[in-house]
Amino acid sequence: MRFSGLRILKEGLTGNKGWTPHWRDPQPKSEYDVIIIGGGGHGLATAYYLARDHGITNVAVLEKGYIGGGNVGRNTTIVRANYNMPGNSEFYSHSLKLWEGLEEDLNYNVMHSQRGIINLFHSDGQRDYAARRANSMVNQGDDAILLDREGVRKMLPYLEFDNPRFPVYGGLCHPRGGTARHDAVAWGFARGADRRGVDLIQNCEVTGIDIEGGRVTGVQTTRGAIRAKKVGVVVAGRSSQVAAMAGMRLPIESHILQAFVTEGLKPVIDHVVTFGMGHFYISQSDKGGLVFGGDLDFYASYAARGNLPMAEHVMEAGLALMPMIGKARVLRSWGGIVDMTPDGSPIIDRSGIDGLFLNCGWCYGGFKAVPGSGNVFAHLMATGRYHENATKFRLDRFRDGYGLMDEEGTGSQHNLH
Amino acid sequence: MRVQGRGLIDRNTPVSFTFDGVAHEGFAGDTVASALLAGGVRLMGRSFKYHRPRGPLTAGSEEPNALVTIGRGAAADPNTRATVQEVFEGLEVSSQNRWPSLGFDLMSVNDLFAPFLAAGFYYKTFMWPRAFWEKLYEPVIRRAAGLGALSGQPNEDRYERAWAHCDVLVIGSGPAGLMAALTAARAGLDVILAEEDARMGGRCLAEREEVGGRPAHVWAGEVLAELGAMPNVRLMTRTTVTGAYDGGTYGALERVSHHLPATDPRRPRECFWRIAARRTILCAGALERPVAFRNNDRPGVMTAGAVRAYLNRWGVATGKSVAVFGNTDDAHRTARDLADAGVHVAALIDTREGVTGPAGIPTFSGSVVCNTGGGKALDSITIRRGGREDRIAADCLAISGGWNPTVHLTCHMNARPRWRDDILSFVPAPDAVPGMEAAGACNGAFSTAACLREGAEAALRVAEALGAKAAAPELPPAEDDPYRIAALWHVPGKGRAWLDFQNDVTVKDVHQAAVENFRSVEHMKRYTTQGMATDQGKNSNVAALAILADATGRGIPETGTTTFRPPYVPVSIAAMGAGAQGKGFAPQRLTTSHKATTERGAPMIEAGLWYRPSYFPAPGETTWRQSCDREVAMVRTAVGICDVSTLGKIDIQGPDAAAMLDFVYTNSFSTLAEGRVRYGLMLREDGHVMDDGTTARLGDQHFVMTTTTAAAGQVMKHLEFVHQCLRPDWDLSMISVTEQWAQFAVAGPKSRELLNGLLDQPIDDATWPFMSCGKIAVQGVEGRLFRISFSGEHAYEIAVPARFGDSLFRLLVARAEGMGGGLYGMEALNVLRIEKGHITHAEIHGRTTAFDIGMQRMVSQKKDCIGKTMSERPGLMDGGRERLVGLRPVGAVQQLIAGAHLFGMDDAPVRVNDQGYITSTCWSPTLGGTLALGFLKRGPERYGETVKMVDHVRGITAVCEVVNPVFFDPEGGRVRG
Amino acid sequence: MRITCPICGARDSREFSYRGAALALDRPDPDAGEDAWAEYVHLRENPAGVLRELWYHEAGCSAWIVVQRNTTTHEVLGAELAAEVAR
Repeated sequence: MRFSGLRILKEGLTGNKGWTPHWRDPQPKSEYDVIIIGGGGHGLATAYYLARDHGITNVAVLEKGYIGGGNVGRNTTIVRANYNMPGNSEFYSHSLKLWEGLEEDLNYNVMHSQRGIINLFHSDGQRDYAARRANSMVNQGDDAILLDREGVRKMLPYLEFDNPRFPVYGGLCHPRGGTARHDAVAWGFARGADRRGVDLIQNCEVTGIDIEGGRVTGVQTTRGAIRAKKVGVVVAGRSSQVAAMAGMRLPIESHILQAFVTEGLKPVIDHVVTFGMGHFYISQSDKGGLVFGGDLDFYASYAARGNLPMAEHVMEAGLALMPMIGKARVLRSWGGIVDMTPDGSPIIDRSGIDGLFLNCGWCYGGFKAVPGSGNVFAHLMATGRYHENATKFRLDRFRDGYGLMDEEGTGSQHNLH
Repeated sequence: MRVQGRGLIDRNTPVSFTFDGVAHEGFAGDTVASALLAGGVRLMGRSFKYHRPRGPLTAGSEEPNALVTIGRGAAADPNTRATVQEVFEGLEVSSQNRWPSLGFDLMSVNDLFAPFLAAGFYYKTFMWPRAFWEKLYEPVIRRAAGLGALSGQPNEDRYERAWAHCDVLVIGSGPAGLMAALTAARAGLDVILAEEDARMGGRCLAEREEVGGRPAHVWAGEVLAELGAMPNVRLMTRTTVTGAYDGGTYGALERVSHHLPATDPRRPRECFWRIAARRTILCAGALERPVAFRNNDRPGVMTAGAVRAYLNRWGVATGKSVAVFGNTDDAHRTARDLADAGVHVAALIDTREGVTGPAGIPTFSGSVVCNTGGGKALDSITIRRGGREDRIAADCLAISGGWNPTVHLTCHMNARPRWRDDILSFVPAPDAVPGMEAAGACNGAFSTAACLREGAEAALRVAEALGAKAAAPELPPAEDDPYRIAALWHVPGKGRAWLDFQNDVTVKDVHQAAVENFRSVEHMKRYTTQGMATDQGKNSNVAALAILADATGRGIPETGTTTFRPPYVPVSIAAMGAGAQGKGFAPQRLTTSHKATTERGAPMIEAGLWYRPSYFPAPGETTWRQSCDREVAMVRTAVGICDVSTLGKIDIQGPDAAAMLDFVYTNSFSTLAEGRVRYGLMLREDGHVMDDGTTARLGDQHFVMTTTTAAAGQVMKHLEFVHQCLRPDWDLSMISVTEQWAQFAVAGPKSRELLNGLLDQPIDDATWPFMSCGKIAVQGVEGRLFRISFSGEHAYEIAVPARFGDSLFRLLVARAEGMGGGLYGMEALNVLRIEKGHITHAEIHGRTTAFDIGMQRMVSQKKDCIGKTMSERPGLMDGGRERLVGLRPVGAVQQLIAGAHLFGMDDAPVRVNDQGYITSTCWSPTLGGTLALGFLKRGPERYGETVKMVDHVRGITAVCEVVNPVFFDPEGGRVRG
Repeated sequence: MRITCPICGARDSREFSYRGAALALDRPDPDAGEDAWAEYVHLRENPAGVLRELWYHEAGCSAWIVVQRNTTTHEVLGAELAAEVAR
């Protein structure tokens, strides 16, 4: 079924009786060409692009819970391409271009809204680094505007300009940055993959990876053994457990990142605003909730829930930056399990085992990468070669020190990025 | 309207308030909802999507419909529950999410288009043409969305955060909570009893059943009097426990002055509590659920428990002619209470077959309500019995669809509640939250007697676990009726039957979600938005998932629940972040010279948490550059004073202090002589530069390390790590003495002359050569002197105990000014160090190595040190890396700018051609030109080459020559001079 | 979350900062080889279960502490001074 305004009209006039499933719930087959472990955004996108770009449709996505239930369904929905380091720069640029055509491509309104992102800076040194990053963005072909204090004031008059602890010196504006409706991204890719023949298998947990003679041959699951010559592991915070099934140890620590949403409010915040000194970022959803978050809870965790110290710190930062939001009430807080790497940048690579591919290490920023990650990972899995925009996400960079992408400059302690 | 002789309100204290500008009267003890209902007002809000008229559904914080804005201007508090907000004299209440008025809301046109606005419709449309999403569709949607509005002004009210510790936290003060608190308190345990309501007692305040032979509220009052008299008990009203966190930590929101006319400046508006409890007894009660049927959302339809609460607690009849509909005995109790109070009961409709209602009340057993009539308020209901439908007049319908235990807090740590078929509800899983017991209705015990018993028993178990001796209390006789319920989630039929009242999610939406394969309960929730309104699904979750279970052919337990997340009720950002507004967000660290500095009008800038002077404007100077140039020249030709106390200072003592320094620095310190200072480079274990600074050897076993201002905390933590975790056998002690010493740079050719007029013993070059240190005294005050230089001039840093900082600073400045010198700020400091090619964190930004900054030879090959092994990774030693260089403009454009990138002269300025970037620039008055430091691929091999600097975002392109980063006095003659 | 500092007693986790797996105590020799150093600096077992890890009582007594904690439930099972563990 093709979605459109006309279809809505037709269905509305006939009692909304004609809608059909967005995806099937097939029984797993005994063998596929490719298995993707993990039915989150990245896994679903990988399956979609395997089918769309490479004609590989005999694909199963194995999800232990429900599709889109991981970090793609529990983030602050920010989409951007404003990185500084080579490697990240071209990749996120590529991903943003895919976002810009995603609705037409998927025939699904993911509500990608390029409302602009403003990263505020609070000292001369931070301005210099913002400028360097802004120039990297333009070098890459993306958009960046360096705003001075008055420029910021024009766009965000509600910030604390009068009595701030950290005065606003200016901001790095990325007009093509914005937000998207996170669940819809997962569902859109799921539906797109399903329509091209991919089997989405929910409630199917992988319990083992079968390897013979250094080659992957399939996986063991709670719904039986499934054979495949190529297996992609795309399980974010659970990467270490799944890699351990293949005898691997990854440069990853799993941590909690909390996020918050307030009750619905009439529009007050048009952009995405980030406050580096407070590790705070905020936007307002189309429903009216203020969606915001902060830094990691700092300790290793698989609990998918956070604790008060960071929650309170995030509120403090919000108040310090924009005191007008004080009376907004937080409706809900949640936590995602994020896969932190030693340089804060992801891994998209082959493993040491033939046919087994890794896509992990997205830290706290995987949402914006969903289309790009799926696209380049599908390319790697299908062709065996790195996609031209993802040549640097190598697993061995930590060992040899080539091409580290430590955007924050905080070093190899996983939780500091 | 009011019912005489009923209610716990204070009829002697009338209160006037306004709703949408119209004056209303209530009594002390009323909520906005009870007072408005008493005045016959039922329309209090509009629904989110269809803007349907809505009145209160409940009498508590779970209210989905009656959301209002309190106050005006910056004090306006949107999305306040009319069912919780107490009235007070002069209270201003406004309705929200309507235009132009609550009674006539043009947005209600949406209701006519409902067939096209079904679940998830927006995912399927608004895609064409592409640009219209941001330009047209989304702006329209955003304007229509949202509930109340923020004022847009800074919130001026006061909020606080506080800690409380206790042995036992009892959450909820109904019969179970009161018995639990009493039993625990009598055992001598420290008890906090937290109650969301303004008044303790829970359902004791809302029901007519007696406890201990007297009205329940009287019994509750007696228990509260006993508790209130005990020093080990803390009673917290208006305090909602909002979240359960690890280690027995709970968040709680106290509405300190929401009920008071004007904010008392001594009282915060709200206080967010962190309660650390050894044990917790959850007595949070239960919430009644409505039943879904056609048009079940009209104002006048409310839960039966709410109707009883309005009647018995607030003395309000919620209608002139009330119908009651349900599947439990609560429906009968409601009808009975109404009839007893003289309110006309139009009908009692019970889905169960063969039940008889109270005498004199028309009772329809085996029947359902299948529709309602009315415009902005209910005027009739339709009863279906067998195949027959009858319409009867009623202006209020009380619905009882059964009770849901308030299990929310038990789910905050990921536990899933368990389904109980006998009560058709979820109850807490055992040990859902470590240290928490659930008792009473929240545990599925629905009779008063069972609540009293469970509360006492839970307290006895808790007391035993805590080693306290508790006596089993005598349980007062109370109602102990069995709870009988017949499943009823949805009355089948045409039309829309509401589940989520605020978000306008109907049974059809859930069915459609199932058809479209959003069969997981999480998918259904996210697709339909059921449960995502401000009540977090308290009124709709169970029914919605029952309907989903039915639609997908599964049982309810198999279908599962969505996850309850903190907070239990929404908490203001201002409360959870109290104190952070304005300057409160981070500590402000001030040096001892702060006062003297600001007296001179120096603009202060943030340096981490510290404040430092940017420059010192002299008379006649109008730009910072004029001041900066003068200050630089002053240091190069005379003498300058600068407070450098913000640099981290770590005192290291002990037999193994030298070994420690050898291990954390790349270079050797054990070879440093006493009375000497050495520059050190510190790496992270991953081989990148962490920090740099000088360390002085004051004695054989005594060193003082300085760190950069920014990295002081990080370095201290690192040193403690290295000592405690890697070398615990080493005998040494370390402590940060940053605040203990005031330290000032005295820099310039006249620095020794200045000091010699000040020090008790004069110094000379022989006894105080470059990189020496030792004790000095100023007017008898012992201090330390270091002959070190960041400016490249003959310079010293003099340190005295911080209490003498201000006076020494003033002395130094006075002397300097007498010698043609004076103060210099951060701008001049930066110029001076760039001229010398000295690095700061602009260069050691966490991604650079010793190799990159030209200091690879400082990594001693004779010893191990932190970071050495990893710094030798091939990628970190590769010649193609971007490495530190100096840059000077050689073209027409003389401006170099930090943040710009470097390219080959003929290359297009795009990423693939990127050769490096500029980190620091300045105008050098000394050299009469612009200088820059930056990183360039193969930099040190390229001195003399020209490269192109491009700054896209500021529109500057310049040609520059690659040079040695030490621009000024490369031989270093001046520091030694 | 509350952590019992062996010196100060039970304190809220906000007084502490976190480093990661207690593996950090076992620093390899400089010549231990690439594998040993990769393990030490980058690779992590990252268990969903009990983890021995390092916390620093930064807003307290400055002790580094080896905490045993379950990363799935956040239950703190014990804490001892890192200096004593490392010795």
